[in-house]
Amino acid sequence: MRTIHELADAYRRGETTPGRTTDEYLARIAKLDDKVGAYITVTADRARAAARASDERYRQGRPLGPLDGAPIALKDVFCTKGVRTTCASRILENFVPPYDATVVERLTAAGAIVLGKSNMDEFAMGSSTEHSALKVTRNPWDLSRVPGGSSGGPAAAVAAGLAAGGLGTDTGGSIRQPAAFCGVVGLKPTYGRVSRYGLVAFASSLDHPGPFGEDVTDAALLLGAIAGHDPMDATSIDAPVPDYTAGLEQGVRGLRLGVPDEYFTAGMDPEIERAVRAAIDVLKGLGATLERVSLPATPHALATYYVIAPAEASSNLARYDGVKYGLRVPGHDLIDMESKTRAAGFGAEVKRRIMLGTYVLSAGYYDAYYGQAQKVRTLVRRDFDAAFGRVDLIVAPTTPNVPFKHGEKTDPVQMYLNDVFTIPADMAGVPAISLPCGFTKSGLPIGLQLIGRTLDEATVLRVAGAYERATDWHTRHPELAA
Amino acid sequence: MISRDDVARVARLARLALTDAELETMREQLNAILVHIDALKTVDTTGIEPTSHAVPQFNVMREDEPRPCFPAEDMLANAPDRKGDFFRVPRIIED
Repeated sequence: MRTIHELADAYRRGETTPGRTTDEYLARIAKLDDKVGAYITVTADRARAAARASDERYRQGRPLGPLDGAPIALKDVFCTKGVRTTCASRILENFVPPYDATVVERLTAAGAIVLGKSNMDEFAMGSSTEHSALKVTRNPWDLSRVPGGSSGGPAAAVAAGLAAGGLGTDTGGSIRQPAAFCGVVGLKPTYGRVSRYGLVAFASSLDHPGPFGEDVTDAALLLGAIAGHDPMDATSIDAPVPDYTAGLEQGVRGLRLGVPDEYFTAGMDPEIERAVRAAIDVLKGLGATLERVSLPATPHALATYYVIAPAEASSNLARYDGVKYGLRVPGHDLIDMESKTRAAGFGAEVKRRIMLGTYVLSAGYYDAYYGQAQKVRTLVRRDFDAAFGRVDLIVAPTTPNVPFKHGEKTDPVQMYLNDVFTIPADMAGVPAISLPCGFTKSGLPIGLQLIGRTLDEATVLRVAGAYERATDWHTRHPELAA
Repeated sequence: MISRDDVARVARLARLALTDAELETMREQLNAILVHIDALKTVDTTGIEPTSHAVPQFNVMREDEPRPCFPAEDMLANAPDRKGDFFRVPRIIED
């Protein structure tokens, strides 16, 4: 398996071509994806056509940049012009968007080759990809276990060598948690750093598009291509985009790293705690200064999220009314048609969140739930502001537990608890990455989370790069990808 | 605790036609989730401003200039039911 930057080097040296590489990936998908289930839709013809154009650019010695010819998987939440975009939901099963999401437009303009649309929890609501209405995705390290979620498809695709990179979204941990579960790198940028235009909305104030890569360099390259202001997204930040690969070899000497008390809780898996503490020692050995920090609102972040995200979702998902696109179930009047369409089109978890969101926004409950949650969100943000007054970066585990088995977590609250360490960075909008930092005795990957200051993806990537160079976890691949 | 009637009322607001069995499951699950959420009520937020976006947002303005928009046919292409250039819905107004 080669990374995107290794592929680009090989293309430039003429060792292989985007066309040959794309065919190899498509052949691997044909051979392995029955087992993994990473893709909902494989766009083989389009991929081959894009690869031919990329071949031509390399032949002329004029590649578009480091992503030219990079075969990638898109979470099926991003609109792709002329290619069905399902959100893993029955309600959008046959939806064909009339335009590309900004991130898709930017990646294809950089020469990336889209292999297909990959699986996810329906409308990005979940932590295991088990809420997909369309298919099951399996963890490439252990097929009896989940790949995490909601971006389980692109994470599993990268881990299994069914794509060189991927794009997902993170609302409560949906990039970092599957990255940790699948042993790959996943980066959630600052809120607004990457445009949400053309992303099927879940919770608009929390939705963050971001990259998956086999290593930190690939995550940096992909982020560089998708980041930047977009007039089509009013929440997009108008700030210059640095070269995210520039600082990857700077090392960590002189940086102050914070270790938050609240992220090492009694209930966490002891193997995860050991691996993360060992990773912290590696960073210390590389010259970073460590400091204990406290983020006292952390225990309330999960409850805050389960008010705000469903509230925004209940509003965003009101658009699925059987009129403009998507499923329609006939009814005797408009309300009956809408109610039957939504009952048939949404899965159980989506209905649960729409109900919860509608309830917390309804008359008489708004201040007690939604108003209070927005205030506690301020406390979560202030915790990070205070910590970043003292340290440059926060180091923590990505998840409290290792990948679980399919069907193991049937209680919704147990599933929600998976995101306890990833939700706070979404609430505060600060950038965070998950990268491999070890394996359990049984061979399951463990994720290290690095959380940075607003718009300071560069430091997040710099520390991740230093850790990666000092360790070899990222070079291990699941047996089935060998 | 929310009652069966509350759940039925919220389902009507949310335009979800739930069966009796689904209403009961939903009542149990929502109550289990609300037990966790209710812990928020114990947090002292006196004098704390609410956060609606992680990154402070201000009004975003642009020049009011006409720009091309999507052709009607593209926008209608996914319609479950249409008549000419219109989305067709069940009759709302009586004859």
